[in-house]
Amino acid sequence: MTKVGKPEQMIVNGKRLDGRELEQFRPINIEVGILKRAEGSAVFKFGSTYALSAVYGPRELHPKHLQDPQQAVLRCRYSMAPFSTTERVRPGRSRRGTEISMVLNEALANVLFFEDFPKTGIDVFVEILQADASTRCAGLNAASLALVDAGVPMKDFISSCSVGKVDGKIVLDLFGLEDNFGDADLAFATIGNKDKIVLMQLDGIVKKEELLQMINLAKKGCSEIYEKQKQALKEKYKTGEEDVENE
Amino acid sequence: MLKTSENYVKKLVEENQRIDDRKFDEHRKIEIETGIIETAEGSARVKLGNTHVLVGVKMSVGEPYPDIPNEGVLIVNAELAPIASPMFEPGPPDEEAVEIARVIDRGIRESQCIEVEKLCIEPGKKVWMVNVDLHVLDHDGNLIDAGGLGAIAALLKTKIPTYDEKNDKVVYGEYEKKLPVKDVPIPVTIAKISSSLLVDPNLEEENAMDSRITIATNKHGDICAMQKGGDGYFTTEEIEKSIDLSILKGKELRKILGA
Repeated sequence: MTKVGKPEQMIVNGKRLDGRELEQFRPINIEVGILKRAEGSAVFKFGSTYALSAVYGPRELHPKHLQDPQQAVLRCRYSMAPFSTTERVRPGRSRRGTEISMVLNEALANVLFFEDFPKTGIDVFVEILQADASTRCAGLNAASLALVDAGVPMKDFISSCSVGKVDGKIVLDLFGLEDNFGDADLAFATIGNKDKIVLMQLDGIVKKEELLQMINLAKKGCSEIYEKQKQALKEKYKTGEEDVENE
Repeated sequence: MLKTSENYVKKLVEENQRIDDRKFDEHRKIEIETGIIETAEGSARVKLGNTHVLVGVKMSVGEPYPDIPNEGVLIVNAELAPIASPMFEPGPPDEEAVEIARVIDRGIRESQCIEVEKLCIEPGKKVWMVNVDLHVLDHDGNLIDAGGLGAIAALLKTKIPTYDEKNDKVVYGEYEKKLPVKDVPIPVTIAKISSSLLVDPNLEEENAMDSRITIATNKHGDICAMQKGGDGYFTTEEIEKSIDLSILKGKELRKILGA
């Protein structure tokens, strides 16, 4: 049975419904260090998917029984703003949010030096302000950049994107319609542009060959994201001529 | 104390051995029994080695989701009761319980094994709700696979009670038909320890693993859901190996289920 509002075709003449090629990202926008209060912050956008991340810490962890005398404790919290989707999201904890927080936490844990900060907590907040699919990927990209912005020592950063199967075709960076009515979707993240996969969640039926094709495309996508993240950081922290003149 | 056991498990794996002498691609002994709870519309008990899980399916009538008004609703919940482990505490489901329930849910939902469109009573108003509740009784690792096997075993035996439309009441104990289930999704969890891949990790192996991956396959050998867990990472080659393993193991488990 078809769902309400399902378009008849989602790929028309080799183009997707939002006009993109199969292996093309939506416009990506990155801003680093936009919040004053937080130690680190970043915005990551895939088209109209809008993720904001803020980092506090490493700071003394309370309540004390959560402290680890040997290393820092990473606490990542993903949440969606009530107005981020067509139907209002009920604020507070949800099962989905709990699970996503956990997988983001596990992904970010790969690149931090926990032993350097015993007894502390590193809090990473990911807030989805507008959702149009691939929110956990945008959130993870934002969180990586916010951690860098906070000056937390890292081995590398995490780059993430989604791929999916739509009308039998493998496509990069799903948007809402494709996420709702496509055949399958895969949320994916790697450590930088390396072959080290730290996030992988698949929904939907795919053949083994298709899945391998999806993974390959996702890896390519993550390398592209990695370059954009680096570029955004260089942009933010470049010591330009203006600064020299001001001195 | 725990560290010693973790290191021991790792050292054994490096010597190509497992702490309970299994092969890397071997499940623990599996026992599945269905129809053990009479008050449930479907039920199963699964023993995976010393891991012991009970699954009950309760059918009720409720409102469908507005975007799919003609389809029944599946709800999977996991209860990690304190009787099952010294690590479990009373209270609402923690993130571990939520993840287990959601990964099992995804395998069942995405395989489209339940013919949800046949569970509609009145479009947009009344549909059957399929509540799958997992009760962990004894925790010795790999709750996802034990729970997932139990869930599909119970669903395959679930009967839909009679619905008294006039009085808007479900007549429990009287059955109309079987729950329409057309596929048998099987989750297979693989742990990565010291760069080796181990099927069906027990608790000691779970404590020592770098990361794990759960892959659910359907009866055609296609993949319907996948979830990476744990702090570490996988390479593409390891994932490809895991896919092959889960397709193969899924077939074996489907035989044990008799489905």
